[in-house]
Amino acid sequence: MLESLQLIISLLDSTIRIATPLIFCAMAGIFSERSGIIDIGLEGKMLLSAFVAATATFLTGSPILGLFAAILASCSASLIHGFACITNKGDQVISGLAINILASGLTITLGIALFSRGGQTPPLASEQRFMPIEFPFLDQMNYVPVLGDLFVEVISGHNILVYLSVLAVFFTYYVIFKTRFGLRLRAVGEKPEAVDTAGISVIRMRYQSILIAGMLCGLAGAYLSIAHGAGFGREMSAGKGYIALAAMIFGKWNPIPTLFACLLFGFLEALGVRLEGVELLWIGEVPVQVMQALPYVLTVVLLAGFIGKARAPGAIGVPYSKEG
Amino acid sequence: MKTNENRRGNETIVSLPPYIKSAIELKNITKRFGHVVANSDVNLKVNPGTIHGIVGENGAGKSTLMNILFGLYKPDSGMIYLNDQAVDVNSPEKSIALGIGMVHQHFMLVPTFTVLENVMLGNEGSMFLKSGEEFVLNRLKGLSKNYGLDVDFEAIISDIPVGMQQRVEILKALNRGAKILILDEPTGVLTPQETIGLFDILRSLREQGVTIILITHKLKEIMSITDTVSVMRGGKVVADFSTEKTSPEELAENMVGRKVLLSIKKPSLKLGKKVLEVKNVSHESKDGVNVLKDISFDLKEGEILGIAGVAGNGQSELLDILSGIETLQRGQITVNDKTIVPSQEWNSKKAREFGVAHVPEDRQKRGLVLPFYNYENSILGYHRNEEYSSGFLMDKRKILNFVDDLVKNFDVRPRSSSISSGKLSGGNQQKLVLAREIESNPKILLVGQPTRGVDIGAIERIYEDLMKLKSKGTAILLVSVELDEIMSLSDRIVVMNQGTIVGETNSSDATELDLGKMMSGLEQV
Repeated sequence: MLESLQLIISLLDSTIRIATPLIFCAMAGIFSERSGIIDIGLEGKMLLSAFVAATATFLTGSPILGLFAAILASCSASLIHGFACITNKGDQVISGLAINILASGLTITLGIALFSRGGQTPPLASEQRFMPIEFPFLDQMNYVPVLGDLFVEVISGHNILVYLSVLAVFFTYYVIFKTRFGLRLRAVGEKPEAVDTAGISVIRMRYQSILIAGMLCGLAGAYLSIAHGAGFGREMSAGKGYIALAAMIFGKWNPIPTLFACLLFGFLEALGVRLEGVELLWIGEVPVQVMQALPYVLTVVLLAGFIGKARAPGAIGVPYSKEG
Repeated sequence: MKTNENRRGNETIVSLPPYIKSAIELKNITKRFGHVVANSDVNLKVNPGTIHGIVGENGAGKSTLMNILFGLYKPDSGMIYLNDQAVDVNSPEKSIALGIGMVHQHFMLVPTFTVLENVMLGNEGSMFLKSGEEFVLNRLKGLSKNYGLDVDFEAIISDIPVGMQQRVEILKALNRGAKILILDEPTGVLTPQETIGLFDILRSLREQGVTIILITHKLKEIMSITDTVSVMRGGKVVADFSTEKTSPEELAENMVGRKVLLSIKKPSLKLGKKVLEVKNVSHESKDGVNVLKDISFDLKEGEILGIAGVAGNGQSELLDILSGIETLQRGQITVNDKTIVPSQEWNSKKAREFGVAHVPEDRQKRGLVLPFYNYENSILGYHRNEEYSSGFLMDKRKILNFVDDLVKNFDVRPRSSSISSGKLSGGNQQKLVLAREIESNPKILLVGQPTRGVDIGAIERIYEDLMKLKSKGTAILLVSVELDEIMSLSDRIVVMNQGTIVGETNSSDATELDLGKMMSGLEQV
């Protein structure tokens, strides 16, 4: 009994660690796609900002500076995306893919050029990372059964970015559904003509949205390399951007359901890691690839039948042009 | 948040001082898109507090001109004066600030938003929606009472009828403080009753000093509501009239540039044997909605049966079933003494074999493959005919011979078989589709919206062709949302509402008002 409780608690703990970058990226995706811009480049922006965060932190010694550098890098990638597909009306999927390929190649090339470590950045010392924050009253909570363990292991003891990611969800929800900016953002993704004829610049709205998306991706990248990890490793984003995209669709472009989708996918991955090499009753050993594929399989299956139609923003993927 | 934005719209609209000569004056406006001159040296003057009509065929430059006035397009040259003062309208933002509001032909409403959210968009009153909503709602209630613009502010746009969506558009403009209102083809989507309602609203706006520009191709509407009217042709204003002193015939002549026959000469009715019988046909759409309920009617040789109704009341589904695009779910159809029941094979190939030809409602989606050349489109659906192919391969020479004659006989312009159909105007695309279907010598011709988006000149020709076909003894089923068209072409009219036939009448007995009532489902006959 106690053992299985311990197992569940440690699973939940890893779920949160794994879900954090997913949450940042998925919220970034919501901002971008709600404004009508497909953001398949989440992956690349995250990878790029992870590299820049680690590099800047290593060079300056300050994770705060590293974080800002990461956000800056990710926003620049957003601007490239925007220039290609907002200003020049290019194909959003192609532009996003280009960013992913660019980030993948650029990080390795620069990494080798700068540090000669096969694409990795030098390991960061503890004080150069965002370290876990211990909540007060931990000792007292240790005496409370179950809830106490949950508090100590799952709620407390994460780095600041984990808590920020939760804030990001509420921030996203509030901005999109409760503010003037959000109303315009949703309108621009559904029917840009209506926004234009209301005297609001469609182009400016969309740039603003993808810049916010860029900031959030920057946080995701920084989390990977200077909070959760202690340095950058090549291809360290490992498809998380795509999983975040799946979570966003799964959550129907709504922040709160998307949060739960991220947690679910995080849980699946945590479970996969835990089950590696474990013989299961009747089934035997589950190949790790099966667990890795589960989020995608789940998205397809659930979208196909169970949660009803996920309706994308009406004008998604369509460049806005006035004349014709 | 600028404070003056807050106050605008709360003011009651007052008449302009009498020394203002014109509310709007456009001087020498020219606008080119690439090589195409959309507006060439246009001059227009509208007096304050009047309703001014602009008529013209498709592509005459009406919408371009209004988009320039609204700041969506930048003119290449020319000046705009509002209340005798030169202004620079370079964006919708600017034009809205100057008191211009526009109701576009295709509504600029976000379908997933509520009425209130749509009206608020761009003038939210506050950074945060909650406080803004209360503020805008209060103002709206006043406006909606003053002008008889009844709407439910909490309703989602996609759930409300188009007539109400249009009122939302007008409210949107008034909420931004519009004193000049431009309406682009506002009645195209309305029932006759809704049109009357709209005109009442426009008159009450005029009384309160709003200047209105009405773009339309319906001459009857121009005659009934405008004070003055301008005619546009080929990007130019070719004539200005005071409405009292002109006639529909004169306007039509100016629009087309030659005399036009507005009335149709119907050949005498010579009914033959029954060629189509529809019995108890019902249909359920993919979403589980009963789009057709127990439809029965018949059609004889040489007869034109008109199906009237507001768009979306089952007419499209009926055409789809009869032409074999949709499967028959319940009921039976008898075509030329051959009966089709749901279990039998029924598709568009079969329909053509049975002598059913179809001019679809959406010619660009279903009638033509736009990037194809005319000669390819002209045999679409009939490409299996032996005369076009020699065995496995298509015989291009034979096809070209056939199509060269076709475009000549049916006056498709430009008269070329090797131009891609997407480059033709709407009217000529329609002529091409009609020509193809007529050339197949059908027993029954199904026609959907034959003149939607088609110029007066081409309409005249299409009507002539239909009449010729009728006198040859072909049975024609005509579906149209244009009541005038239904009334002047058909021998018999049935009216559809919500998937059922709500009335039937001989066209000689039909009045527009009665049909309108049936169309809106108010009255069963």
